Amino acid sequence: MLAVRELTRPGLEQASFELQAGECVVVGGPSGAGKTLLLRALADLDPSTGQVLLDGVERGALSGPEWRRRVCYVPAESGWWTDRVADHFGGQAAAAPPLLERLLLPAAALAWEVPRLSTGERQRLALARALLRSPRVFLLDEPTSGLDEAARLAAEEVVRERLAAGACALWVTHDAEQARRLARRRFWVEAGRVAERSA
Amino acid sequence: MNTVQLDYADLALAALLVLVNAGLSLAFALGLERRMLVATARMVVQLLLVGVVLKALFAALSPLWTGAAALAMVLFAGREVMARQERRLKGVWAYGLGTSCMLLAAVLVTVFALSTQVRPDPWYDPRYSLPLLGMILGNTMTGVSLGLHALSSGLTTRRAAVEAQLALGATRWQATRPVARAALQSALMPIVNAMAATGLVSLPGMMTGQILAGADPTQAVRYQMLIMFLIAGGTTLGAVAAVLGGVLRLTDARHRLRLDRLRAPRPG
Repeated sequence: MLAVRELTRPGLEQASFELQAGECVVVGGPSGAGKTLLLRALADLDPSTGQVLLDGVERGALSGPEWRRRVCYVPAESGWWTDRVADHFGGQAAAAPPLLERLLLPAAALAWEVPRLSTGERQRLALARALLRSPRVFLLDEPTSGLDEAARLAAEEVVRERLAAGACALWVTHDAEQARRLARRRFWVEAGRVAERSA
Repeated sequence: MNTVQLDYADLALAALLVLVNAGLSLAFALGLERRMLVATARMVVQLLLVGVVLKALFAALSPLWTGAAALAMVLFAGREVMARQERRLKGVWAYGLGTSCMLLAAVLVTVFALSTQVRPDPWYDPRYSLPLLGMILGNTMTGVSLGLHALSSGLTTRRAAVEAQLALGATRWQATRPVARAALQSALMPIVNAMAATGLVSLPGMMTGQILAGADPTQAVRYQMLIMFLIAGGTTLGAVAAVLGGVLRLTDARHRLRLDRLRAPRPG
């Protein structure tokens, strides 16, 4: 579904791989090795060379925003552009409450103020606003690092449903248990080189 | 008009105040005396030169020399805008963006004023065009440099917020709107404040100058209003152009945020 051919950018050596629909690939490797650079290049948030195709369509055929609506990057540190949580859900705010509850957040979370959110709340809300936009590819950069066990499992479950519905995901995690739960395929990024490792 | 003429003895007397300042600086060990004297000397030399140059320009009444003087003013203002930036754009943009926006705004507004309201003969008469341009340029410069400064530092500090919007599929205009809006607010605030305070708190220099030169105060006030309108127009035009141009330069056609096109702030 997602085909990557000879993707290169500063800090990242040439990488080629494919993701199938429904597939989740866990990305590991030491901090600062280039995992975030890889995800940002795939989301076209930083300039890179090489081909990236989604369902056979080259990214250049779509505008940047169109591409990122399909290939959605969720950074480790989420960004918030107003003080009200609901503003970040745009037209999807009405559809948010059921999803929030599945992520163990109350529906009232939409009315919360961003500066008062805890790390874990931020992380789940950032994941939720991405999920609600229904991208085809999820690029998740340590999406559950600040969550307790129950919330972590809940987040995994929600993403897994999206995979079953035909999405695919690259999931960066340092948690070996989580990696085992999520995926058969592993990428290992070290010193800017992306290699596939067997689980 | 029966204005009081100043001779050099009068000036020397007033300059004693600066010496008093320098003495105070010495007495309190402020360490400012040297810089104060250099700045004073610079002001004296620069103003004397400007007086001579303006006199020559007024006498020549040449479109070419008037245009050259106007261009030199814009180029100096461009340098000033660049010097006030903490994070400059890389390459020619550091100088080019602010300067071209000021050139556009100040020249447009000055020509508008000369061709419709002031109407000297010839229309480029340096006695009118250069002071008008100078006043418009001085304020446009403040607006442009504040706007660019707020834009580049806003995009840098709010990078995560801007990129969060981009990552969710926003266009570069949607994603940078909060920062661009704040940049325009900070660019336009001085002129808005100046207009609100004019006449109550401050008597603008140009108006006071005309009154000192013997003009009828109601006529001087009318001139001042014209100048304020022109300054407001020039500042807005220049700041909008600079902020939009800055957004274009700090993003790209793929709607990516391109902070790599900014130079790191100078240390210190």
